[in-house]
Amino acid sequence: MAASAFLCRAGARQPLQPGVLERLSVARECVTRVSRWRWCLITSCGLHSTVYDPNEKTFEKLLIANRGEIACRVIRTCKKMGIKTVAIHSDVDSNAVHVKMADEAVCVGPAPTSKSYLNMDAIMEAIKKTRAQAVHPGYGFLSENKEFSRRLESEGVAFVGPDMHAIQAMGDKIESKLLAKNAKVNTIPGFDGVVKDADEAVRIAREIGYPVMIKASAGGGGKGMRIAWDDEETREGFRFSSQEAASSFGDDRLLIEKFIDNPRHIEIQVLADKHNNALWLNERECSIQRRNQKVIEEAPSTFLDPKTRRAMGEQAVALAKAVKYSSAGTVEFLVDSKRNFYFLEMNTRLQVEHPITECITGLDLVQEMIRVAKGYPLRHKQADIPINGWAIECRVYAEDPYKSFGLPSIGRLSQYKEPLHVPHVRVDSGIQQGSEISIYYDPMISKLITYGSNRAEALKRMEEALDNYVIRGVTHNIALLREVIIHPRFIQGDITTKFLPDVYPDGFKGHLLTDSEKRELLVTAASLYVAKQLRAQRFLGTPRVSVIKPDASNWELSVQLGDTTHSVIASCQGSTFLVEVDGINLSVTGEWNLTSALLPVTVDGIQRTVQCLSWDASGNFSIQFLGTVYKLRILTKLAAELSKYMPEKVVEDSSSILRSPMPGAVVAVSVKPGDMVVEGQEICVIEAMKMQNSLAAAKTGKVKAVHCKAGETVGEGDDLVELE
Amino acid sequence: MRPRNPVMAALRILPFRLTRVTPRLSCPFSCNSSPHRALSVPERIEEKRRAALLGGGQARIDAQHRRGKLTARERILLLLDPDSFVEYDMFVEHRCADFGMEAAKNKYPGDSVVTGQGRINGRLAYVFSQDFTVFGGSLSGAHAQKICKIMDQAVMVGAPVIGLNDSGGARIQEGVESLAGYADIFLRNVLCSGVVPQISLIMGPCAGGAVYSPALTDFTFMVKDTSYLFITGPDVVKSVTNEDVTQEQLGGAKTHTAVSGVAHCAFDNDIDALLNLREFFNYLPLSNKDPAPVRECSDSRNRLVPELDTIVPMESTKAYDMVDIVHAIVDDREFFEIMPSYAKNIIVGFARMNGRTVGIVGNQPRVASGCLDINSSVKGARFVRFCDAFNIPLITFVDVPGFLPGTAQEYGGIIRHGAKLLFAFAEATVPKITVITRKAYGGAYDVMSSKHLRGDANYAWPTAEVAVMGAKGAVQIIFRGKEKNAEAEYVEKFANPFPAATKGFVDDIIQPSTTRLRICRDLEVLASKRQSNPWKKHANMPL
Repeated sequence: MAASAFLCRAGARQPLQPGVLERLSVARECVTRVSRWRWCLITSCGLHSTVYDPNEKTFEKLLIANRGEIACRVIRTCKKMGIKTVAIHSDVDSNAVHVKMADEAVCVGPAPTSKSYLNMDAIMEAIKKTRAQAVHPGYGFLSENKEFSRRLESEGVAFVGPDMHAIQAMGDKIESKLLAKNAKVNTIPGFDGVVKDADEAVRIAREIGYPVMIKASAGGGGKGMRIAWDDEETREGFRFSSQEAASSFGDDRLLIEKFIDNPRHIEIQVLADKHNNALWLNERECSIQRRNQKVIEEAPSTFLDPKTRRAMGEQAVALAKAVKYSSAGTVEFLVDSKRNFYFLEMNTRLQVEHPITECITGLDLVQEMIRVAKGYPLRHKQADIPINGWAIECRVYAEDPYKSFGLPSIGRLSQYKEPLHVPHVRVDSGIQQGSEISIYYDPMISKLITYGSNRAEALKRMEEALDNYVIRGVTHNIALLREVIIHPRFIQGDITTKFLPDVYPDGFKGHLLTDSEKRELLVTAASLYVAKQLRAQRFLGTPRVSVIKPDASNWELSVQLGDTTHSVIASCQGSTFLVEVDGINLSVTGEWNLTSALLPVTVDGIQRTVQCLSWDASGNFSIQFLGTVYKLRILTKLAAELSKYMPEKVVEDSSSILRSPMPGAVVAVSVKPGDMVVEGQEICVIEAMKMQNSLAAAKTGKVKAVHCKAGETVGEGDDLVELE
Repeated sequence: MRPRNPVMAALRILPFRLTRVTPRLSCPFSCNSSPHRALSVPERIEEKRRAALLGGGQARIDAQHRRGKLTARERILLLLDPDSFVEYDMFVEHRCADFGMEAAKNKYPGDSVVTGQGRINGRLAYVFSQDFTVFGGSLSGAHAQKICKIMDQAVMVGAPVIGLNDSGGARIQEGVESLAGYADIFLRNVLCSGVVPQISLIMGPCAGGAVYSPALTDFTFMVKDTSYLFITGPDVVKSVTNEDVTQEQLGGAKTHTAVSGVAHCAFDNDIDALLNLREFFNYLPLSNKDPAPVRECSDSRNRLVPELDTIVPMESTKAYDMVDIVHAIVDDREFFEIMPSYAKNIIVGFARMNGRTVGIVGNQPRVASGCLDINSSVKGARFVRFCDAFNIPLITFVDVPGFLPGTAQEYGGIIRHGAKLLFAFAEATVPKITVITRKAYGGAYDVMSSKHLRGDANYAWPTAEVAVMGAKGAVQIIFRGKEKNAEAEYVEKFANPFPAATKGFVDDIIQPSTTRLRICRDLEVLASKRQSNPWKKHANMPL
C-alpha cells in the first residue's frame, strides 16, 4: 500500500515500468531519507502515478478558463504533458500564482467574476489571440455552461470536458433524474413536474411515504428545500415552494421526493472517453459539510462494502454511458444508514476533491481529461483501478469557523507556508505569501491532502500537517478541521451530512482542553515567555557600560488562560525548561528559533508543533495549540499581584452598534435614522464571497445613525448602524 | 557632580528589599510614640528607611491604588530588573518652614520622589519616580534637587534618564524655591538632550510648568485614563475662556497621542506602560557615545521577502499599508511604532535589522495618500533628529505624492514646518538608507532622505516613479491641455525609476524581495561611517 504513494510520486517525474516498481519500493525508505527535500517538491506536484508519454501527440496550447488552485493544478499537468498554457485573469489577479505559472496570460476584465472569469466574449477573444487549441474550464465559472461549450465547438476549439448535450442533460434536475431512471440508476422515489394544488401534493407525498422533501425544481442544491413529516406540513411546503418557484425561477415545476434521514453524501468518480468506454474510479465520502458546502472529504469511504461500491460504480457508469458522457465526471449519491443509495445529481466537470481519488487510484485525472478531449481511448480497464491506501482532503478556507462554521474573512497572507515537509502531504493551492484573499472570489486557501496506507495513518498525518501549516494575515478554519478529524465519531466513520450541526449544536467553540493538555499549553507558553525574556537580555558587542544580567534561575510567573490564572515556576537550562504548574513538574524541550513560525516542543515526551501568532511586551500571547488559538497573559508574579489594582477598562456596549462581521458589499439597508427596530429585526444585508448575510439588531431601540448605504464596500468591524 | 558621598556608598552596599519589612524591626517603630525612649542611631536609620518605603503612609497608598495607579516604588520594581534598583537620597527631607510644614509629621524621608539607578534587561538606566502619596507628588526644592542629582550623574556616566511623572505640580508652600527647582530640572533636560536619551512616562497628573520637563525629553508616554498633561486645568480654562472641557478631553492620553502630538504612545494601565517601556528601552543606545545596540538575532540577514514583489498595487492610485512592508523587512516582524495615532500619513518607529536598532521612517499611502503636511513633517523631523543624535541608522521608505496643498496648510506654515523635516534629514550623519517604493514627487522627493541630502544607499523598486509631479498635472502645465498623447509620453518618460537611476540619484533598482538583504549588507558596511558637519555653535533649524 505504502508503495503506491511512492509510486505516485515517482511517476510524477518519469515514466515507470511496472517491473521496476517493486525494486523501487524496497529502496523507498532510504531514498526518502536521502532526498527528503526533493521528494517534498515532487509530492507537492501530485500524488499520482501517471505515465506521461512524450510521443503521444496532444494539444500544443491549452487555455485554462479559471483561476486559483484549480488553474495551477491544470497547468502542472499540462507542463508534464508538454502542453503550453494560457492563463486568464482579472485585473486584480494579474500577480496571481496561476498567471505566473502559465506560459502566457491574458487579462479578461475587472475583478467581478461576471466581468472577467464569466465573460465569455473576452475569453473567446483570448482564445483567438493566443491560438489555444483547447480549453480546460476547471470547476465553477464556465465549467458546466453549455453555451460556452457550444461557442468553443463552433470555433473548433476543444473543450476539456463532456460535450454540450451531456452538460445540458445533467444540468437539469428533472431531465437528469429521468435519464437516470431509464438507465436503471436508483433514484429517490418522488415526483417532479407541475403540482396542481395542495391536495395533489398531499396525495403524492402519501404515495412516496413520509418524510418528504419539497422544493422548486429549478432551485439548485438545498436552496428553498422544505421537509414535511405529515399532510399539514406538505400543504405548507407546497404553498411556499410553488410561490418561490414562480417568483424566483419563473418555472412552476416542483420536486417532491422521499427525504433521506441521516444521509451520507458519497459520490462516484467516473471517467469516460469518446469511444463508449467508461470507468468508475471508486468513491469519495463527502459527508462533512456546512451549508451544503463540503469541508472534509476522504476516499475510500469507511461505509461502503465492496458490493455496494460495485453496485454504485456500475450504476454511475451506466448513467455516463446513457448520456454518451466523455471526460471526467462525478455521480453524486445519497446513502442511507442501510446502504441504500439514491442518485442525486451528476457533476459534469472535474470536482474540487478530485485529488483524493488520484491518490488512491494513481491516475492523473486532468491528464485523462485532456487525453479524452484529444480523442484518445482510455488506457485503463476497470480491473486496473485499485484502491491503494487512504486519502483525506481538508479544504482550508479563509473564514472564521467560530461564526456559523465559517464566515469569510479577507486579507493579505502576511505569512504563508505549506506543510510540505510532512511526508505524504499534497497541497493544491493557488496562492503564496503576500497573496490577497479578496471579497471577489472563493475564500478557499488550499486543499490539504494527506495520504496513508490506511485511514489512521492518513488522519495522523493530517493532524501533523494542520499543525505545521502557517497561515497569517487572514482568519482560517484550521481549528475546525483539526477538531473534526480527531472527533471520535469521525474516527469511527460515524458521519452524516449533518455532522457539524449535530456535533456542535451551539456552534463551533474551538478545542476544549483536557487538564493535561491545558498544563501542556501553560508550560509551553511559560517556557516561550522565558525564552523571549532571556533573548531580550542578549546584546552583542562590548558595551561601554557593563551589562549586569539579572539573576534568573527561577521565574515565578502567573499565566492567565481564559478566566483562570495559574502560578507557574520555570527554570531554564539551555533548551530545556523545567516548569512547575499547579504543583506538577513538567519538562519542556524546544530547540526554538524564535523567528520561526513553527515551534516544535516536547512536553514530558509528547511531541507537538505549536505556533506563536503574536506576543507583546504586556505579556499577551496568542498561541495556536492543537489547531485552536488560545490567548494567554503571562506576567511575572509581582506584576500579576499588582494588576489587581489596575482599573477595569470599560468595554463599550456593542449591542447598540452594528458592525460588519466581515468585509463585503452592502446590498441593502432597511432602516433610516429615527426608525424603531426590535431585537432580531433585519437591519442590513452584506454580501461577501458569493454570500448574502442578513444582519439583525442586537436590541430593541431607535436608530441613531446609519453609516453605510447600499452599494458601499465595508471592512470587517466597520460601524454600519448605531442604535440609541 | 561631586563624587558619591559615603552615605550613598553605604546604601549601595546595604542590600534591602523594598517590599519586605522585617517584623522584628517594626516593633520599636510602632511604640515610638513614647517620648522618653531615645532611639539609637541604627534604630533611627531603620525607622527612617521604613518611613521612606511607606511614602505618604498606608492610607494614601490605598487611595493611590483605588485610583487604579501604582505607587512610586511599585512602578520602579516593575520597570527595573529584579533586585537591581539602587536608591539615592532616601533620607532627604524638604526644607520648608512655613505653613506648619516644619512639623515632624509633615516630613517624609525621601520627600515626594524616589530616585536612583538600576538595570533594564541588564543595561543601566537612571530613574526618578514621583510619589503622589507625599503631598500629591508636588515638587519641592528637595524633590528637584534629587532629580537633578541623578540627571547629573546620568550625563557623566552616559546612561538614559527615565522619569515616571505623577505630580500635582509645584509645592505651593515653598513658593519660588519650587519654581527654581523646576527650572533646575528644565536646564538639565536641555543639557542632557542629545547626550543621553530621556524618557518621560506620565502616570498621573502633570500640570502647569511641570509639563515642560516631559516636553523637553525625547519621548513622552502616557497611561490611558489616569494621566493628564496640561498647562492649565479645566477650572482655569472655564474661568478664562468659558470653555467647558473635561480633564480627559483637555489633556488625556487620547488628546495628546491623536490630536496634539505631545505624547508619543499611550498604554492601557501602569503595568502595560512599564512593561512596554522596558521593551522600548531595549532599542536605545545608552548615550550619544554608544553605537545603536545590537541584540542577538535569529532572523537571517539574507532572508528573501518574496511577498514584497507584489505588495505595491498595479494601479498607482490604489493604497497599500507601508507598515506591512516594514513588518516584512525588519527582524521578527517587530516594529515599535512611535506616535501611531498622530499624523498617520507618516510612520516612524524603531525596529532591528540583523539585531541592530534602526529608525524607520515611511510615508503611509493608506492615509491621505502618504502626503507630507505640517504634522507629519514635524513628527518625522523630531524622530530623525533623535536617531541622528543617538547613532541610530535611518531607513526611509518613500511613497510620497508631495506636500499637501491648501490654505489650511499654507496659513499653518507648511513652508517652515516642512523645512524641519528637510533640515533633519540633511543634517543627519548616521547611515541613511532610502527605498523608493512608488511615488517620489516634487519637493517631497528631495526631502525624504534623497541622495542629494547625503543618502548613503538610495534604492528604487521597479514600481518607483521619480518625477516633479504626476503625469496628468505635468502635462497640463507643459502643454496647457492641448496635447492629447502627452500624458502617455510623460508616463513613459518619468513614471519609472530610470530617469533617477541614469543620473545616479538612486544607486540601484532592486527587486523588492531583496530589500532586507540589501539593507542588512549596507548597514554592516556603513557601521563604520564617519561624517561630520562644519563646526558651528549649533545650527539654526527653522523652529
